[in-house]
Amino acid sequence: MTALPPHLPGLGFKPDHFAAIRAGAPGIGFFEVHAENYMGAGGLPHAQLAAIRADHALSVHGVGLSIGGARGLDRDHLARLRQLCDRYQPESFSEHLAWSSHGAEYLNDLLPLPYTEETLQLVCDHVGQVQEVLGRRMLLENPATYLCFAQSTIPETDFLTEVAHRTGCGLLLDVNNVFVSCTNHGTDPRRWLAGFPLHLVGEIHLGGHDTEDLPSGPLLIDSHGAPVADPVWTLYAEVIARAGPLPTLIEWDNDLPEWPVLAAEAARAARILATGGAGLARAS
Amino acid sequence: MTAMTSRFVLGASLAGALGAMAVTPVMAQEMEKCFGVALAGQNDCAAGPGTTCAGTSKVDYQGNAWKLVPAGTCMTMDLPAAEDGMARSGSLEALERDVPKA
Amino acid sequence: MHAHPDFLAHFDAALRGGPLPAGLTARDAAEVERRFAVYRNNVAVSLTEALATRFPVIRRLVGAEYFAPLARLYAEADRPKSPVLAEWGAGFAGFLDGFAPLSAYPYLGDVARIEYARGRAFHAADASPVDPARLAAADPGRVRLVLHPSVALLGLTHPAVSVWARNQPGGETLPLAAGPQTALILRDAAFQVPVQAIGPGDAALLRAVLAGACLSDAAAAAQRAEPGHDPQPLLVTLMRAGAMTDATE
Repeated sequence: MTALPPHLPGLGFKPDHFAAIRAGAPGIGFFEVHAENYMGAGGLPHAQLAAIRADHALSVHGVGLSIGGARGLDRDHLARLRQLCDRYQPESFSEHLAWSSHGAEYLNDLLPLPYTEETLQLVCDHVGQVQEVLGRRMLLENPATYLCFAQSTIPETDFLTEVAHRTGCGLLLDVNNVFVSCTNHGTDPRRWLAGFPLHLVGEIHLGGHDTEDLPSGPLLIDSHGAPVADPVWTLYAEVIARAGPLPTLIEWDNDLPEWPVLAAEAARAARILATGGAGLARAS
Repeated sequence: MTAMTSRFVLGASLAGALGAMAVTPVMAQEMEKCFGVALAGQNDCAAGPGTTCAGTSKVDYQGNAWKLVPAGTCMTMDLPAAEDGMARSGSLEALERDVPKA
Repeated sequence: MHAHPDFLAHFDAALRGGPLPAGLTARDAAEVERRFAVYRNNVAVSLTEALATRFPVIRRLVGAEYFAPLARLYAEADRPKSPVLAEWGAGFAGFLDGFAPLSAYPYLGDVARIEYARGRAFHAADASPVDPARLAAADPGRVRLVLHPSVALLGLTHPAVSVWARNQPGGETLPLAAGPQTALILRDAAFQVPVQAIGPGDAALLRAVLAGACLSDAAAAAQRAEPGHDPQPLLVTLMRAGAMTDATE
């Protein structure tokens, strides 16, 4: 299984952009889709994904496994994931350090969990189960959070590092999530990144966020509905300067812009990748 | 018409139908043209919802469906009266008294 | 130590409006409620938008301002049971049928049935069209037609196909029908999912074909339902759409 290309950035594939992509997507190294949107039996989604996959490297990004849940993973869902990976042979599969189902119900949001010895063991069990069923190494993504928990005894970066060590999984570093969480919790994103094992990173996500003003300062919402913010670009460039080129995805899921706007965001990431973290030039 | 005669009468028309069905379905190249382009308002809804891995800063509208009156096209669509025997207007206010508090 | 199941149960209950779980902290402790509201809002808005995506005509019929709280009530009553959101909403039509404040609009449930069925057809399994030459040589008394997995028939109490059509782009001036309608829904070879109202003869023909009858038995059933019925237009429509996938004898 080959890895995602590290030198050219990727974009989330949206059906609205299918025609533009088929007309040529110069400078785009890979496309990423949400696994759960391709679990129907057939039809247009699969026809489009097969066409995209024939021409490009592919990352399948799950949002529904609820790896941070307590009930054990949904075996039916895991089986569908296996089918999808078997069918499209993506270069990468990733999921989140979060929970999204409770009991038999799916909440359609990535919800936070306390970081304790108990949840560490649960997450390791779940990641191990995913890797066993899929027969491949997965990447686990750091979340954007709006709250912390008094119960937590393990720092987030230590938690992720330990999951990777115990299970052999890789990590997906979402730089925007780092900035969002650290801003929301009044901590320093550079310290967070200094404690994060960059050598285990298989993919980077960059997305946009929204800002609300609370009395104690800004509350950032990980909305994926805006351009990547300048401080996030700066942190990203610092990561690339430290780690070298890494497969990088621009995430834009809400208030989707026209294709050229996304392509320009990707081009900005491409300049940073090409210059080893020195290319902080503006878009255009 | 008995089953026997209907079968007899149908024979010719069915043979004709099978012949007429030798039309070609939409061809692959036409399909390629179509499959990137959803008709506005057609495919996007059939595709249904996608998942999200993002939050939102749009705020949930805290209205109350028990109290609100619809304000969409249903207000301007008069189905024939025979449809359900009900007048189209003036019925909504009357309903509130039967409805539990949210 | 098994604190996590309790934590999840409390968190989930709080998402539904219950008291906040213990142990939440924030930069300023006074903001905990406001921050938890981000999660409550994410769940409510994402599910409302998911339902609006699947039921755009219902949203148009009742209006966006009405649809949002309606969707929230439905989401609370019938949360998704799977992360595959395209499968969510099977119960929405029944929910609308039983929703007293909308009882002046009894056709809404049937419109929701059409919209849900379109989604199922959109995602149905693929199947290639049958070779037309095989049909030309077929014996109507023996041939069984196999239809595409997306083909669905809906028997509707209300003229909901006409309501649906009126609420499509450019459909504002189409006539409204009276009385029950039968809807034929399929996904064509270009992945479009048209909805059409069909008469009793066409409906009987399709039901018989779907039940595995040979073509002449199906045509006879159509005759009984609608004397003088001509099967050819429907069969040609299905063929053109690529919805005829096999013919076995």
